[in-house]
Amino acid sequence: MRKLTLAMTGLVSTVLLSGQAFANEQAGGNGLAVPNQSWEHLWHEVIVDITVIGIIMAVLAVVMLVKYKATSPDQVGTAKELSSVQSIAYALIPAAIFMADDFYLAANGWTVWNEYRRVPENAMEIKVTAFQWYFEFEYPDGTVTDKLVIPHNQPVVFRMTSEDVIHDFGLPGFRVKEDVMPGRITYIWINPVEIRETFVQCAEFCGQDHAQMSTSISVVPQAQFDIWLAKMAAEG
Amino acid sequence: MSTPTSTAGHAPASGLKEWILTTDHKRIGVLYLVGSMAAFGVAGLMAIIIRLEQMQLGMQFVSSATQYNGFLYFHGAAMVLAFLIPGLTGFAANYFLPLMIGARDVAFPRINSFSVWLFYFAIVLALLSFVVPDGPDIMWTGYPPYSINTTANTSMYVFTVHLLGFSSILGAVNFLVTVIYMRAPGMGWNQLNIFVWTTIAAFVLQLVFIPVLAAAVTLLLFDKYLGTHFYDPSAGGDVLLYQNLFWFYSHPAVYVIFLPAVGILFDVIATMAKNRIFNYKAAVYPGIWGIVAIAGIVWIHHLYVTGMPDWIRLGHMVTTLLISVPVGILTLSLWGTLYKSAITYNTAMMYAASCLYLILLGGLTGIPLAIPTMTLHLSETSYVHAHFHFIMALFSAFALFSGVYYWFPKMTARYADGGLATMSFWLNFIGVNVTFWPLFIIGKEGMPRRYWNYEMFADMKVMGYSFEQFHTIATYGSWLVAAGMILQTINFIYSSFAGKPAPLNPWNSQSLEWTHTASPPGPGNFGDTDVVVDENWTPYNYNQG
Repeated sequence: MRKLTLAMTGLVSTVLLSGQAFANEQAGGNGLAVPNQSWEHLWHEVIVDITVIGIIMAVLAVVMLVKYKATSPDQVGTAKELSSVQSIAYALIPAAIFMADDFYLAANGWTVWNEYRRVPENAMEIKVTAFQWYFEFEYPDGTVTDKLVIPHNQPVVFRMTSEDVIHDFGLPGFRVKEDVMPGRITYIWINPVEIRETFVQCAEFCGQDHAQMSTSISVVPQAQFDIWLAKMAAEG
Repeated sequence: MSTPTSTAGHAPASGLKEWILTTDHKRIGVLYLVGSMAAFGVAGLMAIIIRLEQMQLGMQFVSSATQYNGFLYFHGAAMVLAFLIPGLTGFAANYFLPLMIGARDVAFPRINSFSVWLFYFAIVLALLSFVVPDGPDIMWTGYPPYSINTTANTSMYVFTVHLLGFSSILGAVNFLVTVIYMRAPGMGWNQLNIFVWTTIAAFVLQLVFIPVLAAAVTLLLFDKYLGTHFYDPSAGGDVLLYQNLFWFYSHPAVYVIFLPAVGILFDVIATMAKNRIFNYKAAVYPGIWGIVAIAGIVWIHHLYVTGMPDWIRLGHMVTTLLISVPVGILTLSLWGTLYKSAITYNTAMMYAASCLYLILLGGLTGIPLAIPTMTLHLSETSYVHAHFHFIMALFSAFALFSGVYYWFPKMTARYADGGLATMSFWLNFIGVNVTFWPLFIIGKEGMPRRYWNYEMFADMKVMGYSFEQFHTIATYGSWLVAAGMILQTINFIYSSFAGKPAPLNPWNSQSLEWTHTASPPGPGNFGDTDVVVDENWTPYNYNQG
């Protein structure tokens, strides 16, 4: 019994440590500085993980469901009663495996989380205010707009609050969102490494026009951004 | 075994009056079944309308966004609060738990009767939301400040929750006392049906957590109608207080639904596979009670995108991932029960087998959502929507249907199996997959929940297909399910009166509800002789290996 416990503890700690080491290596190794790329990477890893578990369990279930079909109505199962050691082992082994997998995933999730929450020092700050049912954006120079244009390769941090109900500033194209609430300030940051046009959407139910609370976000070259901002400032 | 004919203290009364005033746990169970299936019907109709509206871009089916939001509110609130919880802890627990433990009724039959009345009052109140001009449109979660600012009638939501909560608390006390004090002489804790264990675990959760929900919605009521400011930041309140209280109950509520469903699954599979439960004690103690222990410390995963402090988001990532440990142990017991078994296939077993698939799919797709980093994108998308439908709604509903087919001969002395049953099973099973798989796929690309329109995604393609095409496929799936459910309802009604007559113990079960009662059991359940079990008896005693 004691041997079993020791073996289990050993197994758990080994897997845990290797999971942590693997996660550290990935974080330090290629230094993924763009949250949305890290997101896709982590997604892929988690999907592989759950697909493997799913396929193993599904195959086991199908094999048993087919193999152990009763041949006569009176037939009964022939599984033996487990001994105490077996009972405990069959609880501890799956517990250890799942726990190891959990901590492995948690370590990876944690690493990417840090990328998402640590805003680079050179980030440009845009204040976001949400209303029923539109967003307002305030640039560092005080210009207020209703759509977003941001310069290419310039990290941007959004400081967000709401004037009425809870909204959510969702950027599906950048794989990030966060709620926007009255009385609280939340933030997210992105690093737009690609010139493109995508959209912002509200992702927390906010009433009648929730499904239409959306605006555009364009990533443009720095020079084009400067011209645009000057024009908006002049108009505003 | 004799069929009891005496009414054991009940004066015979006319049919309808006897049903309304009944204190018999079996009739109360049937009342819960009828009420919850009615709620399922109406809420299911809402689901069909929601799917029709999302089938194409733009508004084709509902007349306004507010109407769509109202339907969405009703679908969620009714399915969770009036179908799943009362179907599992109301119907199944009421009818079968006392039979399984050899009790002649529950501890407090009149309180039980009051519980079912409260449930019906709640259903009537909920249905009134279709009649009043300002029906609630606040989703089943009712987040302030929207639920306070809206012109719609939030009080109907609050009072419906109060009635159902009160009903559940009374039920919880009743069943906990029943199981603790009224088990048949000789019946030890390790001889209980797994369904009995899961039911008491669910009732413990209800008893502990419902008061928190009741408090949360009551403060909502005060804020909206009495001018208090609990959730109003402009006067020192906090909008997140509600979400914390709400999910402190509503995450455990998932287990209030999930656990009894797992219990039914264990009982059906052990009976149809004629096998002992694999590692019974592990399933019960670290499995079922492990889930109960962890239920109250994972709720922040519903608040991963609300700007909660990093330490609590990461802390709850770890606790949430750890749910896989008790669930994994339960799953291993479930799978192990099939090992070296002798399976007889019928409609109950087909539903049970499909539940094995649903628990895998629904459970494993929850793992990305346990990680806050993943949820920063997936939150509020149709990925979440598909995940919780598979694990909570479909898994539990299919387990409940499995239980209905399993216990049908007990309740009516007739089988519900047959061509209609098989056909409706396949329609339902294929239908739910066709409906929800597309939602996983577009959800991962950002398709939001609670959107009647998705114009901004008009140009986006996934695997070469537009979001609209995925929604169209999902809508076709919902039609299959609708057809399956209609056929199944017809089958249940037809079989109750004209189904093939069934013997007393058609599945050769060892559980007391099959071995010691008539079909249906009369008043007092067990005739003139009390049930006594010996120390070697278990409800799963199919072989003495």
